[in-house]
Amino acid sequence: MTTILAAEHLTVTLDDRTLVKDLDVELAARDRVGLIGESGSGKSLTALALLGLLPEGMRVSGRITVDGRDLIAAPDRDWRRVRGNTVSMVFQEPLTALDPLMPIGRQIAGPLRLHRGLNRTDAQAQAVHWCERVGLPDPERLVRALPHEISGGQRQRVALAMALACRPRVLIADEPTTALDVTVQAQILSLFDELIEETSVALLFISHDLPVVAGLAQRLIVMRDGRVEESGATGDVLRRPQSAYARQLVTSAAQVTRLTVGTVER
Amino acid sequence: MTVPLLDPTIAPPEAPVVAGARVRRGWSPSLVAGAVLLGLILALALVSLFWTPYALDQATPGGRLAGPSADHWAGTDRLGRDQFTQLMLGARTAVWVGTAAVAVAFALGLPLGLLAAAGGRIADDAVIGVVDILIAFPTLLLAMLLVTVYGASTLVAIIAIGVGVCAEVARLTRISASRIFTQDYVLAARTSGTGPIMILIRHVLPNIWHTLLVQATLAFGIAVIAEASLSYLGLGTPPPAPSWGRMLQEAQPTVSVAPWNVLLPGIAVAIAVIGVNLLGDGLRETLDPQLRRNRRAVKR
Amino acid sequence: MLGYLLRRLGWLVGSLFLAGSAVFFLLRVLPGDPAVTLLAVGSPPEQIEAIRHQLGTDRPLLTQYGDWFGGLFTGNLGDSLFTRTPVLEQIVDRLPVTLPLALSAFVASILVAVPVGVFAALRRRNAAGVAVSGLAQLGIALPIFWVGIVVVWLVAVQWRWLPPGGFPRNGWQDPGAAVQSLVLPVVTLTIAQASLLVRYVRSATLDVLNQEYIRTARSLGYSLPRALWRHGLRNGAAPVVNVLGVLLAGSLLGTVVIESVFALPGLGSLLLTSVKSRDLPVVQGAVFLMTATVLLLGLAVDLIQRLIDPRLRGQA
Repeated sequence: MTTILAAEHLTVTLDDRTLVKDLDVELAARDRVGLIGESGSGKSLTALALLGLLPEGMRVSGRITVDGRDLIAAPDRDWRRVRGNTVSMVFQEPLTALDPLMPIGRQIAGPLRLHRGLNRTDAQAQAVHWCERVGLPDPERLVRALPHEISGGQRQRVALAMALACRPRVLIADEPTTALDVTVQAQILSLFDELIEETSVALLFISHDLPVVAGLAQRLIVMRDGRVEESGATGDVLRRPQSAYARQLVTSAAQVTRLTVGTVER
Repeated sequence: MTVPLLDPTIAPPEAPVVAGARVRRGWSPSLVAGAVLLGLILALALVSLFWTPYALDQATPGGRLAGPSADHWAGTDRLGRDQFTQLMLGARTAVWVGTAAVAVAFALGLPLGLLAAAGGRIADDAVIGVVDILIAFPTLLLAMLLVTVYGASTLVAIIAIGVGVCAEVARLTRISASRIFTQDYVLAARTSGTGPIMILIRHVLPNIWHTLLVQATLAFGIAVIAEASLSYLGLGTPPPAPSWGRMLQEAQPTVSVAPWNVLLPGIAVAIAVIGVNLLGDGLRETLDPQLRRNRRAVKR
Repeated sequence: MLGYLLRRLGWLVGSLFLAGSAVFFLLRVLPGDPAVTLLAVGSPPEQIEAIRHQLGTDRPLLTQYGDWFGGLFTGNLGDSLFTRTPVLEQIVDRLPVTLPLALSAFVASILVAVPVGVFAALRRRNAAGVAVSGLAQLGIALPIFWVGIVVVWLVAVQWRWLPPGGFPRNGWQDPGAAVQSLVLPVVTLTIAQASLLVRYVRSATLDVLNQEYIRTARSLGYSLPRALWRHGLRNGAAPVVNVLGVLLAGSLLGTVVIESVFALPGLGSLLLTSVKSRDLPVVQGAVFLMTATVLLLGLAVDLIQRLIDPRLRGQA
């Protein structure tokens, strides 16, 4: 299968510090890659770098190719054709990631008008359709609501609808369930699962939570302090972790699981 | 920029901290620049206590509206008096009125703000009401009311400016203090039985004094401009005590003959105000624990 | 919303009452008999008594207080001590100078400051942006009357493009001349007000630029300026509207200084001459009117902010 988005030797630096070092990742259709690491390990920066959205002052080197074209030094204009169109992103905190003063329908319709050139009415109709697809109740009414008027889980559904509206081929999800309640988390994860199957979009799922990532991804990349500690098929990493850090992660995740399972049984 | 600044009902929002901003090491440049500019004005004011090139009312016969020269560094006015002497004495007036007005503003505004933050719902509403009314009486209107009754004087200017600025001081104190009051560590202190006065001394003031100090520098700049404006309008420091504002008023009719007489006092006001504003920016960068913490985090 | 409106109106009436009382008592209760201060030292007692009667200060204070508020409701602010004409009439006579001056400067400073402030925020790291911010800083530090004097000196005296001051005697009957005499005052007031506004627009824009929804918009393919246009207008407007209220109040008050620089016969100069001649009823009426305007602007700002940001509507 052909690669859609790939990074080779991706390195991000700020002044004299290296924040991400030599990261390689490759995504083809239907691929599901998990990127795992603790906060500050550089996983969110990796995600932003893959969309050309690093904060001012940071420098990036290596290669980032989209459909075979290296975009690492490309002007913003070229990146804009990719963002939201070929590669999309869902962020951690849906409340702040959405414009608090714009009805959610218009927010979903935005990228459709931008990339597909739809007029207002058609884009709005699509937005209603997408609200339905991400499982929002009463979509006709909901598109007129503002972000603060709906729940946290619903907001993340809206963010997902926005990201998928133009049918991108790669979706980068940066801790999309971390800000949510545990029960809502499970619903959102199964929604991800469902939509990825339906749309055959490739997924790069970023999280600090190994069980969550392990349940979704076929391959895992383990990061720590900006370096890749380990990468490989999910099963291999879980059963035979090579690096000390990955072993630690797997053991502690197993302990937590046992603990919770034990509690439930009692 | 006289009038809006006479009534700073809203402080400019603090510059947002940009993640990954360049690390500044050592002294902040604005702190240094501000200290130098303000130091210049303070030096003029201090020296004027002991020495001025000429006596204030000493007129050079036949030397009216002369340009700057070796004898008169800033030229002479329409009566032949030395302009540099007046600039020095004007600096003294500006510094004195500015300092006194800021003192009045804090003496009124600080207790009001703390009361609002610490005194519960009713005290808070009452203070907000007082502040609202004060905002409706800008310095200029207040000065006019007072001058109508008392006549123009330096004291009236100080009170009018001080009361005009105190609303902003109260507002800022209230906001920053109540932010501290809702912090977990204050809650913890309360739970362990610490009284409100102790909380104020131990937790609130140490966390807001830097904000207030920055506000004091801003208020000083506002007061200097306000003093000049009131004097220009004839509502401030009366003759013979010199003031930059009145120098400008006196020089206005002869601007085409002696433009330097207009330019120099205006530049003096600008130096004082820019100096004190830069100093405030520098202090904020140096003192604010929030900013400092961020800087350390970037250094890591 | 209706409950809020009623509460806010009640608040306004209370504030107006307090402001009216403050004006009244500041001018009355403070030591110093206005009748004495009005007259030369050593005037005969009967003359003082006559002035007192004319001022009404020989009547009990509470009666005067009641009269003052009664007058406010009927639009009778008393008569000037010197011209003997009703105060309200004098004030209304001056509005054709002051209102166009204040409002044009207000509108002009918005038109100038909003684009300039956004520009300064977008280009904050290069020379042009820094220069613009520096200029605004300078505009704030320079006294408005100084700017006015320099503008007159350059434009009117040196280059003779426009009249240096004054207003046509027949007012707006010759609109060309009236407009000409207002150009420099408006420019001066705009320089001052726009400098202040630029700073607020700049920091409001920076604030929006740092928001995550801008990053979201960019992740969907919007360019930074388009993202700012799409999300910044509403989100940045709330803090700016707050400042606009202050700015309009500032423009009105600024006319006092500006009219003095340019010798314009407006409300500000009426107030200033009345203060200097101690024309108590005129000062009282004009100050109250300006104060009431500031309070009304505060109410307007609150309501507009609520219209812009529905999140505020739920709050008290």
